Amino acid sequence: MENAINISHLDTHYGNYKVLKDITVSIPRGKTTVILGGSGCGKSTLLKHLIGLLRPTNGTILINDKDITLMNEFQLNDIRRHIGILFQGAALLNSMTIADNVALPLKEHTRLNPETINIMVRMKLDLVGLSGFDHFFPAQLSGGMKKRAGIARAMALDPELLFFDEPSAGLDPVTAAGIDDLILRLKSVFKMTITVITHELPSVFMIADYVIMLEKGEMLFAGTLDELKASSHPAIRRFLERKPDTAAVSPDDYFDIIAGRI
Amino acid sequence: MGSYGQTIFGLTGRMTIAFFTELRILSRLINNTAYWTFVAPFIQKRFRVKQSISEIVKVGYNSIPIVCVISFFLGLILALQAAYQLRRFGAMIYVANLVGVSITRELGPIITAIIASGRSGSAFAAEIGSMKAAEEVDALIGMGINPVSYLVVPKLIAMIIMMPALTIFADCVGILGGTILSVTLLEIQPNAYLNQTINALLVRDVVTGLIKAVAFGISITIVGVYQGFKVTAGAEEVGMRTTASVVSSIFMIILLDLFFTVLFYFLT
Repeated sequence: MENAINISHLDTHYGNYKVLKDITVSIPRGKTTVILGGSGCGKSTLLKHLIGLLRPTNGTILINDKDITLMNEFQLNDIRRHIGILFQGAALLNSMTIADNVALPLKEHTRLNPETINIMVRMKLDLVGLSGFDHFFPAQLSGGMKKRAGIARAMALDPELLFFDEPSAGLDPVTAAGIDDLILRLKSVFKMTITVITHELPSVFMIADYVIMLEKGEMLFAGTLDELKASSHPAIRRFLERKPDTAAVSPDDYFDIIAGRI
Repeated sequence: MGSYGQTIFGLTGRMTIAFFTELRILSRLINNTAYWTFVAPFIQKRFRVKQSISEIVKVGYNSIPIVCVISFFLGLILALQAAYQLRRFGAMIYVANLVGVSITRELGPIITAIIASGRSGSAFAAEIGSMKAAEEVDALIGMGINPVSYLVVPKLIAMIIMMPALTIFADCVGILGGTILSVTLLEIQPNAYLNQTINALLVRDVVTGLIKAVAFGISITIVGVYQGFKVTAGAEEVGMRTTASVVSSIFMIILLDLFFTVLFYFLT
């Protein structure tokens, strides 16, 4: 199995707090990989490292065999042209129409004439089911439509790698299923390497080929969906069966917590 | 005693580190802005003409009414204050000299800059701050678009062009205000007043004012965008940074004004 991204021994800190601890994992090419984990486990931080928004304290990240942790801003920008990202809140530019948002990467990175750009924008909007919404502003769209517009923008330059940061967060189950369906369609039509960060189990079962699970900044699991389902690791079982973490605090520790010593 | 010592040294250390961290971020921003404004467009053969024009309209064209009204009143006030002193010597005609020189050398640029820092500097901080809070700046970086190039450069170009232009407006309207007051209330002949103004003004008075205007424009832009980029999250912080941008840009304007006034005093 060929890998699109290889991460090895990645450590990162926010101040003195270690967020990611010695992460070593690979993301296979042409598959949908889901990065799974509870809130605050470092999923979004990992994604920010993969697109070079944050620099790790230690470790390497190879995208197409090039180490992005050693790159300067200009080299990173070249890599980013082959990457599409859907941010958690879609992060569309609110001052622009949907069409202008999708056209932005095309205008910035290509020298196509405006007519061609318009045609490409309409194609991308049609792909995500937003035909006819070109002249709407982000504020006029629903949450699900914003995510779709965000996907259209991420797809604008036909990237090799596509990242989704919690695509179904804050959406109702039907709209969320629609987004999952779209992700499946993109994979089958464009054969892209898709990486999805989520903690929504129905999404995971629907879209994942390969699963990476993090807990408290550490690697817990990496393998196929069937291997995940078959795993007997207690933390994975807890996650899959939606059971709360019942690790009890000892009376002495509890006293330290309320006294502010921990 | 030891703990007091630790507190004092700790505080000094923390403040020093914080100061130099801020300084590093600010100097990196200035460095990037200079590169993306004056170097990169010529290498990449890509100029942000359309965006710059849109910013020019926002920071320049739309400020014309308020700049005109304020400098007109300022001209009136200045003429009246000058007359209050000069009539004792029967030297009313020198109102023209006083109004002309003080508006072109000092008050025109500074009033324009204070209006621009309230209108445009705060808008820069709020725009970039809210984009930062909504992850839009991260989205730009993720698309391989440098946020300084995309967001700051058009604003800087607009300010560099429009601050001197607005200052010229302020100069002319201010002198007009002085003229109208002198002609009506002080009963000076219009021709005599205008001739006196033209004779009193030197090209260097106007030019030094315009040089100041360019410097004010650059500092308002840098302060506004710097405060905007400092936002990490939340609407409350956007408001706080917007206020900070106005306060610190007015401070910077006065500081720069002092610097240039001293410089021109010895140079001219």
